[in-house]
Amino acid sequence: MGSGVTVFEPWRPDRAEEIIAAHLPMDGAALPILHAFQETFGCVPKDAVPLLARALNISRAEAFGVVSFYHDFRSVPPGRRVVKVCRAESCQAMGGEAAGRHLLAALGIGWGETTPDGAVTVEAVYCLGLCAVSPAALVDGEPLGRLDGMTLAEAAQA
Amino acid sequence: MTRIFVPKDSAALAVGAEAVARAIAAEALRRGLTVEIVRTGSRGLFWLEPMVEVETPSGRIAYGLVTARDVADLFEADFLAGAAHPARIGRPEDHPWLAGQTRVTFARCGIVDPASLADYIAHGGLEGLQRAREMGPAATITAVTASGLRGRGGAGFPAGVKWKTVADTPGALKYIVCNADEGDSGTFADRMILEGDPFTLIEGMAIAAFAVGATKGYVYSRSEYPHANATFGAAVQAAMASGRFGDFDLELRVGAGAYVCGEETALLESLEGKRGQVRAKPPLPAIKGLFGRPTVVNNVLTLATAPWVLARGAEAYSALGVGRSRGTQPIQLAGNVKYPGLYEAPFGLSLGEIVEGLGGGTASGRPVRAVQCGGPLGAYFPPALFDTAYDYEAFAARDGLIGHGGVVVFDDTVDMAVQARFAFEFCAIESCGKCTPCRIGAVRGAETMQKVIDGIEPEANLALTTDLCNTLKFGSLCALGGFTPYPVMSAITHFPEDFLRPHEGEGGVR
Repeated sequence: MGSGVTVFEPWRPDRAEEIIAAHLPMDGAALPILHAFQETFGCVPKDAVPLLARALNISRAEAFGVVSFYHDFRSVPPGRRVVKVCRAESCQAMGGEAAGRHLLAALGIGWGETTPDGAVTVEAVYCLGLCAVSPAALVDGEPLGRLDGMTLAEAAQA
Repeated sequence: MTRIFVPKDSAALAVGAEAVARAIAAEALRRGLTVEIVRTGSRGLFWLEPMVEVETPSGRIAYGLVTARDVADLFEADFLAGAAHPARIGRPEDHPWLAGQTRVTFARCGIVDPASLADYIAHGGLEGLQRAREMGPAATITAVTASGLRGRGGAGFPAGVKWKTVADTPGALKYIVCNADEGDSGTFADRMILEGDPFTLIEGMAIAAFAVGATKGYVYSRSEYPHANATFGAAVQAAMASGRFGDFDLELRVGAGAYVCGEETALLESLEGKRGQVRAKPPLPAIKGLFGRPTVVNNVLTLATAPWVLARGAEAYSALGVGRSRGTQPIQLAGNVKYPGLYEAPFGLSLGEIVEGLGGGTASGRPVRAVQCGGPLGAYFPPALFDTAYDYEAFAARDGLIGHGGVVVFDDTVDMAVQARFAFEFCAIESCGKCTPCRIGAVRGAETMQKVIDGIEPEANLALTTDLCNTLKFGSLCALGGFTPYPVMSAITHFPEDFLRPHEGEGGVR
């Protein structure tokens, strides 16, 4: 969160083990661990799965099943800026789809993709709770509302 | 020292509230004035956000649609004394949109400082918990039952009955779980409480814990709500450190973008660290819930209303509302509507009064064509059904639902066949995969609806869709598959013309 450029640490198993150890005392620690992985490394790489499995005493298949179930967890780090554009009904009713298409066309990418220079990742989300200021997006965790294609593309590339 | 209130609600931040707060601080410094800027939640009049309030001898005076550029001008006009200015709204509580409301759950939202437990207590906070402790657990449950408070997440199950089941189930360890996985488009009431009056939710959970004999609580929020999580997380820390909540321990957990985790059993699975897949019921979570223990799972609004019910009495709450829908409903007006916001009122307003009266019709100025009530799994109603009373039973009687209280307005540019396809697509994206009707049916439904849009045997494919919807409705494990037929069938029933005409391009809201 925040407007600065997010710098993620490169994947390191010992760093991952530290994160696991810090969260393992929690009941139901899987999601807190996975969130911490993604905050630290920008993603949950496939190498994280066996570590998670061992820590939680579950099979690798089960651990992979948890990671892959949740839309949030990426397998590779995102671009330097992450734009989450709402595609749900309230934003649809206010031209959100057109705004999203404009953004993707301006960047030359599709939903869930990152620009080739690694600058921007655009992800679809289904409701940010900003429905009273639709259409809305989160740019690096900061909410933006009453958007149109122009303002959304500007915010993504600012 | 003059106090200035600037919302920190996410939707206010989304339209520039942070820049306004910074500009006020800078301008005050430049003028050598000492002001205290209090960051509040939102009053819920979102078309006026950012809305700034100033404390004056005649009460708080609001200024609406303030931008950072207006700030110097506001100081020049002496807004610190509540002086005239084109942006001046006056006392917020005199604004017709607020004056017409009955604020129970949202009585303090937008008024108090969400970072201050002391401010919460100064505004009547913790009276409900105090009252519950005086009455004892059994009488607390009786009061909640007598109030008629029903689950505000959507299902509308009587809260007191759920609490009693947990209280009556033996167990050394019991849990209170708050469902803050507010995923329905058009809803933001949970977020407003988390950001605007977090201690009322904490108090409500402490009351529930006291009533059923639980000592541990979890709030399951969403990763899409980073600011709400920051504000609420800080409130939890302050509350736990204060020692005012006895042995009740509370933790905030954050989901990971799975809509289905708003379903209570999927939520419990997710809290346990598993895939968020729906459990078959029985056993009810009240009997075997989180980690197999008796668990109360209630929505944010349900729990946040409990303190009011205890403090004011069950009769005060049940005196509001109609039929079996007692009390108030925080209605969330969104989409293409002139006055979007949160309107808390007793059950019983007509849908037309909500959309045309409170909402002022569409933002685009075009005619209203459809209103989706109750989120992505709720029915689309045409203006012909605007006489429907806003209560659980009246909506059910017309094959709709009020759900979590979202009302999303569409103007006449909407293509209802595309909306029906989206309902299936959304179900396909969010299906947990456990039951076949939902997992496979949603994909087949989207494909079939695409054929209708492409003009391929539309009558036959609509008949197939109807049949498929019956399978989803009766064969799905939870409301995701079970309720997807609501938006689909309501669109087909009320807007048949959109399904039997040629479509051009991608469609959607054109």
